[in-house]
Amino acid sequence: MKYGVNDLGYYGDFGGAYIPEMLYPNVEELRQQYLTIIEDPAFKAEFDDLMKNYVGRPSPLYHAKRYSEKYGANIFFKREDLNHTGSHKINNAIGQILLAKRLGKHRIIAETGAGQHGVATATVCALMGIECIIYMGEIDMQRQAPNVSRMKMLGAKVIPATSGSKTLKDATNEALRDWIANPVDTHYIIGSVVGPYPYPDMVARFQSIISSETKKQLLEKTGNELPQYVMACVGGGSNAMGMFYHFLDDEDVKLVAVEAAGKGVDSGHSAATTFLGREGVLHGSRTILMQTDDGQVIEPYSISAGLDYPGIGPQHAYLYKINRAKYVSITDDEALQAGLLCSQLEGIIPAIETAHALAYLEKMQFKKDDNVVICISGRGDKDLDTYIKYFGF
Amino acid sequence: MNRLQNLFKNKTNSLLSIYFTAGYPELDSTVAIAEALEKSGADFLEIGFPYSDPVADGPTIQHSSEIALENGMTLHVLFEQLKDLRKTVSIPILLMGYVNPIVQYGVENFCKKAAEVGVDGVIVPDLPMYEYEALYSKYFIDNDLSNIFLVTPQTTEDRIRKIDELSNSFIYLLSSSSITGGSLDVSSGIEDYYKRIKAMQLKNPMIIGFGISNKTNFDKACEYANGAIVGSAFVKLLKDEDYLNKIPAFIKSIKS
Repeated sequence: MKYGVNDLGYYGDFGGAYIPEMLYPNVEELRQQYLTIIEDPAFKAEFDDLMKNYVGRPSPLYHAKRYSEKYGANIFFKREDLNHTGSHKINNAIGQILLAKRLGKHRIIAETGAGQHGVATATVCALMGIECIIYMGEIDMQRQAPNVSRMKMLGAKVIPATSGSKTLKDATNEALRDWIANPVDTHYIIGSVVGPYPYPDMVARFQSIISSETKKQLLEKTGNELPQYVMACVGGGSNAMGMFYHFLDDEDVKLVAVEAAGKGVDSGHSAATTFLGREGVLHGSRTILMQTDDGQVIEPYSISAGLDYPGIGPQHAYLYKINRAKYVSITDDEALQAGLLCSQLEGIIPAIETAHALAYLEKMQFKKDDNVVICISGRGDKDLDTYIKYFGF
Repeated sequence: MNRLQNLFKNKTNSLLSIYFTAGYPELDSTVAIAEALEKSGADFLEIGFPYSDPVADGPTIQHSSEIALENGMTLHVLFEQLKDLRKTVSIPILLMGYVNPIVQYGVENFCKKAAEVGVDGVIVPDLPMYEYEALYSKYFIDNDLSNIFLVTPQTTEDRIRKIDELSNSFIYLLSSSSITGGSLDVSSGIEDYYKRIKAMQLKNPMIIGFGISNKTNFDKACEYANGAIVGSAFVKLLKDEDYLNKIPAFIKSIKS
């Protein structure tokens, strides 16, 4: 695969495994085994069975007629919001829990921002009867309270991250500290295409089911498996990488990744990493991150907890640098308006993360026959409070 | 030969190293603390430069890093503070911190500047062995800086041998797989780990760190290694308003 990871764990200059020695044995065990395990036919069969009968895949590729009319192209929604637990996060959680079982781990830790990955992880742990500890920023626990309750109901222990800015990056730090202290029995289910190699590649592979299904569905619906455009929102970038994955080598397919501009790229309250970031090291990989001149990580801002992350996955950093995908950004206001529009034109209340991708349709210039796929990464139930406050319903 | 290598040539047991965070408790406390530690009998020092996301550190050093950053500590400020260091401090000095601030400063510039102010070695927990060897070791070697690697109870023998080969002053042995500021594990498993490493007859001396907070576990660590490092316990002392005057008694309590 032309844009895939090399033997050393790098995508061009990005990636690698910048981790302290305490994490080395765990990460090295994964590196040595992940491909053997996930390519094993028995693993694949179990994964496919759960995807079909538990998650409810394939997720529909829905031809959004009123959106198509409005934007003057054939707009297709890839409905990851219809998955069990309400987002694409379950794809990776199922993959990693099966992997953890085969590695003989009996304790799972995870970080979560919006809570979607936390809920997905708590779900698969309940399914497999494995102990589950979720780290979540104290501030995120307040703004995503329904998901905290869901995780607890599913039997997970939710530990607030009270260090630093008390959001996703700090939850990730706490999960890494837990893993350092529990080097033998614990598997860390990272929720995005971030972290030390092999995580970015492993998570991308589990999420790539999104684009493999899309290709088949497009062929059925349009007679061509390739669209003109593929669009998705990017925080760390797991739904975007899953959505892009099988289109990466099809150079004619234009890939559009939508970051969160927050209150505006230049407002000082933004999470638009490719606009505001520079190359550096974050959470174990060399990537693009928002930082001071001195290399201190800058706390990002977005109304969407799932996009509120100061970095992007190393493969995204690479696709950005070589211009294989276009990285753009959308403000809080634009996203919320798009969430309302999608609710009222298509009867689908999207997650605010997803609404960022939908909002960028306003800025695209399509030809009438263009086929456009947009990843509806999650549903908006968890965001109702935010929508209600904003629109004053 | 740098001061660190020289120290290990002349003294092989009960070496005490103290870690503290530059710019904590006050921005300008760095050099005064180093001077007080030398006078009080510390054998070498680790000066931490703060990072916003210190994943290998427990609450005490996280807190000192946070305050140091609020105080305005950066690598530029630190090198400025250390520029006359060698007029008053002669024991070996290591800088310890995370890789991203170094990458932003420029690894080559960082090594040059460190050597210029009289630093002898560097500990960067999240700089991987491959990247060190392939990309950066030349800058360390050109500037006579020792790069210090960590070893944990889970590190395999092959990897320890490789670390021994790449090291030229000492190997930093973690008392357990943990973040800083924990307590020393004295279970039988840990004795086996120290004995296993001792039996490997490595060419580099070994210093034990993480969880060393008092005389009892300092002495215990010195049974197996050439010395030990005290970090969080010392950083806690710096919370005291009269910290400079309390340093001699603190060192004495460990090293008497």
